[in-house]
Amino acid sequence: MSVPNGPRIITSRFDLADGHTYAGYVRTNGYQSLRKALGTMTPQQVHDEVKAAEIQGRGGAGFPAGVKWGFLAADVHPRYLVINGDESEPGTYKDRMLMELDPHQLIEGILLACYALNAAQAFLYVRGEMAVAQERLAQALNEAYANNIVGKNICGSNFSVDITLTAGAGAYIVGEETALIESIEGERGMPRLKPPFFPAVKGLYMQPTIVNNVETLANLPYIIGKGGGDFKALGAPTSTGMRMFAVSGHVNKPGVFEVPNGVTTFRMLFEAPEYCGGVRNGGDVKAFIPGGASAMWFFPEHLDLALDKPTVDKAGSMLGSGAIIVMDQSTDMVAACWRIVRFFARESCGKCTPCREGTTWLERVLKRMLDGHGRPEDIDLLFEVSESISPGLAWPPRQTTICPLGPSAVSPITSAVRRFRHEFEHYIEHGRPIDGVESPFVVPTASHR
Amino acid sequence: MSRLSDERLKIADEVIGRFPRKKSALIPLLHLAQEQDGYVTQDAMVHIAEILDLAPAEVYGTASFYEMFKFHPIGKYCINICTNISCQLVGAWSLLHHAEERLGIKAGSTTGDGLFTIEDVECIAACTEAPAVQVNYRYRYRVTPESFDALIAELEDGKLTGEFPPHGTLATIRQETTEAWSNRGTLEQEQVDAR
Amino acid sequence: MTDIAAPKTTVSVTVDGRTVEAKPGELLINACEHAGSFVPHFCYHPRMSSVGMCRQCIVEVDGPRGKALVVSCMTPVAEGQVVSTTSEPAKRAQEGVLELLLANHPLDCPVCDKGGECPLQDQAFSHGPGESRYVEEKRHYEKPIPISDLVFLDRERCILCDRCTRFASEVAGDPLITFTSRGNDTQIMTFPDEPFSSYFSGNTVQICPVGALTASPYRFKARPWDLEQVESTCTTCSVGCRTVVQSSRDELVRYQGVDIESVNWGWLCDRGRFNFESVNSKNRVNAPLVRKDGALVDATWSSALDAAGRILRTIINDKGPSAVAIIGGARGSNEDAFAWATLADLLGINARDAQLADGLPAEVFALPQATIAETCVSSTVILLAPDLKEELPVLYLRLRDAAEKRKTRIIEVSPRATGLTDYAWKSIRHDPGDQPRVVRELIAMPEVAAQLALGNVTVVVGRGNLAESPEFALLATGAVLHAVPEARVLPVVRRGNVRGAIAAGLTPRQADGDTNSILAAAAAGKVECLILLGADPVVDVPDADLVRRAFASVKHIIAVDTFVTESARHAEVLLPAAAYGEKVGTTTNCEGRVSDVAQKITTAGTARPDWMIAAELALELGVDLGYSSYTELHDAMTTTVAAFAPAAVAKAVRHEGVVVAHPAPVRITAAASSAAPRLTHHFRLLVSRVLYDRAVSTSESPSLAPLARDSGVHLHSSDAQRLAVREGSDVRVAANGSAIVLPVVIDDAVSRGVAFVPFNQHGSDIRQLIRHDVAVTDAVIEVV
Repeated sequence: MSVPNGPRIITSRFDLADGHTYAGYVRTNGYQSLRKALGTMTPQQVHDEVKAAEIQGRGGAGFPAGVKWGFLAADVHPRYLVINGDESEPGTYKDRMLMELDPHQLIEGILLACYALNAAQAFLYVRGEMAVAQERLAQALNEAYANNIVGKNICGSNFSVDITLTAGAGAYIVGEETALIESIEGERGMPRLKPPFFPAVKGLYMQPTIVNNVETLANLPYIIGKGGGDFKALGAPTSTGMRMFAVSGHVNKPGVFEVPNGVTTFRMLFEAPEYCGGVRNGGDVKAFIPGGASAMWFFPEHLDLALDKPTVDKAGSMLGSGAIIVMDQSTDMVAACWRIVRFFARESCGKCTPCREGTTWLERVLKRMLDGHGRPEDIDLLFEVSESISPGLAWPPRQTTICPLGPSAVSPITSAVRRFRHEFEHYIEHGRPIDGVESPFVVPTASHR
Repeated sequence: MSRLSDERLKIADEVIGRFPRKKSALIPLLHLAQEQDGYVTQDAMVHIAEILDLAPAEVYGTASFYEMFKFHPIGKYCINICTNISCQLVGAWSLLHHAEERLGIKAGSTTGDGLFTIEDVECIAACTEAPAVQVNYRYRYRVTPESFDALIAELEDGKLTGEFPPHGTLATIRQETTEAWSNRGTLEQEQVDAR
Repeated sequence: MTDIAAPKTTVSVTVDGRTVEAKPGELLINACEHAGSFVPHFCYHPRMSSVGMCRQCIVEVDGPRGKALVVSCMTPVAEGQVVSTTSEPAKRAQEGVLELLLANHPLDCPVCDKGGECPLQDQAFSHGPGESRYVEEKRHYEKPIPISDLVFLDRERCILCDRCTRFASEVAGDPLITFTSRGNDTQIMTFPDEPFSSYFSGNTVQICPVGALTASPYRFKARPWDLEQVESTCTTCSVGCRTVVQSSRDELVRYQGVDIESVNWGWLCDRGRFNFESVNSKNRVNAPLVRKDGALVDATWSSALDAAGRILRTIINDKGPSAVAIIGGARGSNEDAFAWATLADLLGINARDAQLADGLPAEVFALPQATIAETCVSSTVILLAPDLKEELPVLYLRLRDAAEKRKTRIIEVSPRATGLTDYAWKSIRHDPGDQPRVVRELIAMPEVAAQLALGNVTVVVGRGNLAESPEFALLATGAVLHAVPEARVLPVVRRGNVRGAIAAGLTPRQADGDTNSILAAAAAGKVECLILLGADPVVDVPDADLVRRAFASVKHIIAVDTFVTESARHAEVLLPAAAYGEKVGTTTNCEGRVSDVAQKITTAGTARPDWMIAAELALELGVDLGYSSYTELHDAMTTTVAAFAPAAVAKAVRHEGVVVAHPAPVRITAAASSAAPRLTHHFRLLVSRVLYDRAVSTSESPSLAPLARDSGVHLHSSDAQRLAVREGSDVRVAANGSAIVLPVVIDDAVSRGVAFVPFNQHGSDIRQLIRHDVAVTDAVIEVV
């Protein structure tokens, strides 16, 4: 199987022993794009290059970063850049690598963004559970400050920016941008309603704020160095550049790959020897999740779709945060569905009634099924409760909640129950999975709260 | 019993200085308290409230939202075993069960000698390296029952104190505020507040 | 020429087919209500910011991008919006949210205080599914836990609407309760060992949309369907909050705040809310008491009135009416005061004072006045007042709101930090007696002068220090009025109906007719009979020595009261008065607003309203007040007293009440100076009230009585260090030839060199050191 090729842009230093140090970064052309921008470009020109690159945000929603920047309320200062390093969508693994293995690349991206946005302060929020990433970023920032890369009069210019490194403390919901802002303000990470609280207008400290994902910003040194057009040409016109995908689950070689965006297909990722090298034990795909736990599931008929935003959207799911989870034929779909719902139930912030009460209810019904106490009416109940969280059970989801966390818990239910209804019915009738499927539990789930 | 030590108070001052508003330092200061005592004590929350001009209830309200903050002593080594979907698919529950048997405790509890706490946690962003485990928020990948036992043995023997600082300590390198700090954003914010 | 239409200042919205005009920026939920469509809701409260948490108020809006479900409590109206509160998707969403709210809610309505008046219960009945499909185990928490001395929390019933927590932080500024934990485990809690001891905690009980928060004074007292209620006005302090008074089986069981725009916005302080217990007290005087063989014994009304009449007749015949004086009247209604003033007029008694030497000279009520609402939209408010959080708590809420949300700048000039200090633009500390000088210097500062030049300045003036002549606050007020002639004044006094009693005529009709003069005359043997109208000078008059001397000399005391107070103990005749809730009338608050107080229950025993007692006594003395019913009395008052004319129509005094006309402005000249500076080793005394003290309405309310603190002398930590005393150390405080021993409280809110002692607390009585003729009191403090 031949797969489309492309350069390693943001993962280029991953194999270097000192790729995370200032010396290693500078030796490999680091901070050249920053010097180029400060020396030869206006902020508007930097912004224009990012627009030309048409890079889609890598955090999950896939909104074009250049367009997002354009929403920033004009002439209102102070304005802030917030970097979302709170990677925690199940299946997602790439921002942590970028922070641990190439922190200076991220810092350079942050500085380019601040330059384009005319922002004087950036807040780099790293997930609390990532001690090494925090350490590497602290080290890199200290080096960068010491080398006049961050802080007062950067590289001798009149451009000054401070980057404040801060860490979360364990809450998935803080990955939602308004909840992230609340968390930086020292509050409980509960999302704000949009409108009125669009960050670009009323964000951090009620000032205009851009929230960008780590991977998005890590691409900026390349985009400014080589030009937006060059970046765009690397992928498909509808999904530009290179992009990191983490493929986990039942494949022979799970891994994180930087591939040409929009042209590589799911089948290539799963089967090509340079990527995952096939489903484990020579088996077949039963289902896969194309974009993190919040996404609708895909099935074998979707294998030849390209990793292209409009293509995947149209097929009824999303590429999300580049998290692909593969399930082979031995997978217990009731257990898989339960585990994802349990995640959202545990991570609900508790603000909106439908999510706080509904996700827990769904989780309990599913767990009861797994424990052998399912009732025939439970399948309808799952849909009914889901409907109260996400009216119409459609994709993209509508929601009775402030943020999409609640509706995300509905995705695995509609995906799994619609496709594998017989597996749920079997659990209800027999208290165990269908033949040929392995329960992931060595003891009844009741012992695992 | 534990307000922040003078040494950590100095760090706290620096942290506060990196934000336009004091309350933003709340989570970082809670981490400092947990680093000092292994958990967040009631006195530390009162102290942090004093430092940040908050009511202790506001400190507790924020702190209790985030699951990393513990309000009672836990093990020196907090072992987080991910059971989320990518890890579940490749045996995380067997690993957790094994860990419970090996240490003689259920997930969410601490061994009698105060050395280990096991937690059944959500995705820790190591999905391609499943089953993934963290010890005090530092990783071990593709953990098997055998490698888990080896890890426990080494931790018990004190051989891994370099790799795994005690619970509460996250990054061993901190951001520093130096002369190069520009302070422009903070000054701008002060002007906004004054209006 | 074409017609140019006036720019449209409203927004047209169509709700369920009806088009209404709404204010731009108004929330959809209000527009729906105006259009006659009730949208169910739990977290939304019109006096607090919207959070959109409960999601119950979802409606369907047909907008430019098609139909969408939105929460109406966070969506502003937009021109041409077409809204459906009852479309299939809207109904489905509302029913879905309701089912989820009920999933974990216990089915304990029959034993829940809220049952019968519970929005969740009402919703469940009218729109609920009937039977719960939630078969999983519900959340379990320890059943109600006390989160303060007054409030219990049942976390199982809580629906996490954020109302109580928002109230605590946003309205009261006491963020002592908070959401803790997360998701399905979220709960309301206090910090361990730090209770929700807010002066406003009762409001959270009132606004809780379920029975999660209950108040100990009401728990299990009544069921809503047994309650009778009537709207009234609280007279605990002079704010005059609007309330409903509720009773069950002819006993007061609860007061609830009523939202009126001009005064309290629905809020009450806990003291005003819970002191109904004192009306029900077993210690009430139920029958007249007459002294017989040295002891007060029960008597009939006729024999008691006969005794009182005999005393008065004899003294007036023998010594003339100048030998009789009346103290009090501010605890009653306007009509009560008017009746007693009429009686005094008929008998020729000129020495009468509704204030107990602890208020303000009556001339302050004749200055250009500001209402509470006007004060709270002022550009600048200058506080020359006591700690409003302690004395007029709901006015504190209004001013805090003005400073926090409405850009009013507060300038506070006070010897100690107060509840409003954190919200003040400037807060200046000074020694008692030095306020006039400090104010003159302050308003000369360029920054302050520029602020005052914006106009719209209000001075809130009150009696900040009972150990200091009120003249200083008046001089300071005069200094402001001199510099800003158009500034207005909001006089704040603690007692409920001081203004009304004064307007009705219970104010000196001669130069030396005020309470201090009356007591001095009594001490000198010139006043032989004191009539006490709900007044307890033994406890309330600051100069204790003066009271002691007066009571030792005066021959006869006739008391009209609800309890045998310290003062009434000395009476020869005690006539039992009807209490709050037992009589109708009108009252006048600090801004001059007249509103009605209602009767809800039968009077205790044979107690009678004050006015009726005046009328009976008049008959006994052979004079006629000219009215025999409350209606006749009210008519007589509104026709006789010009100030009350606007209150003539009963309708006018209901709900919002009516601000009555003010007498012609009187200028205060700013000539005199401040008090002499104190010696460096002296402490200048600051004595002022805190919310909970030994006042009879507090001490006779079992729920409130324990909240009064022990007396102590509050010193700045540097002063404590200088004296080498610690928290709790006993010190001897000596001044004006007297001395008392008090424990030290270290309190950096107090200015250096000032000794603050809360008034009327348990323990040593600071009034022993206060002299009415000493302008400021300097004390020597020594370690015992």
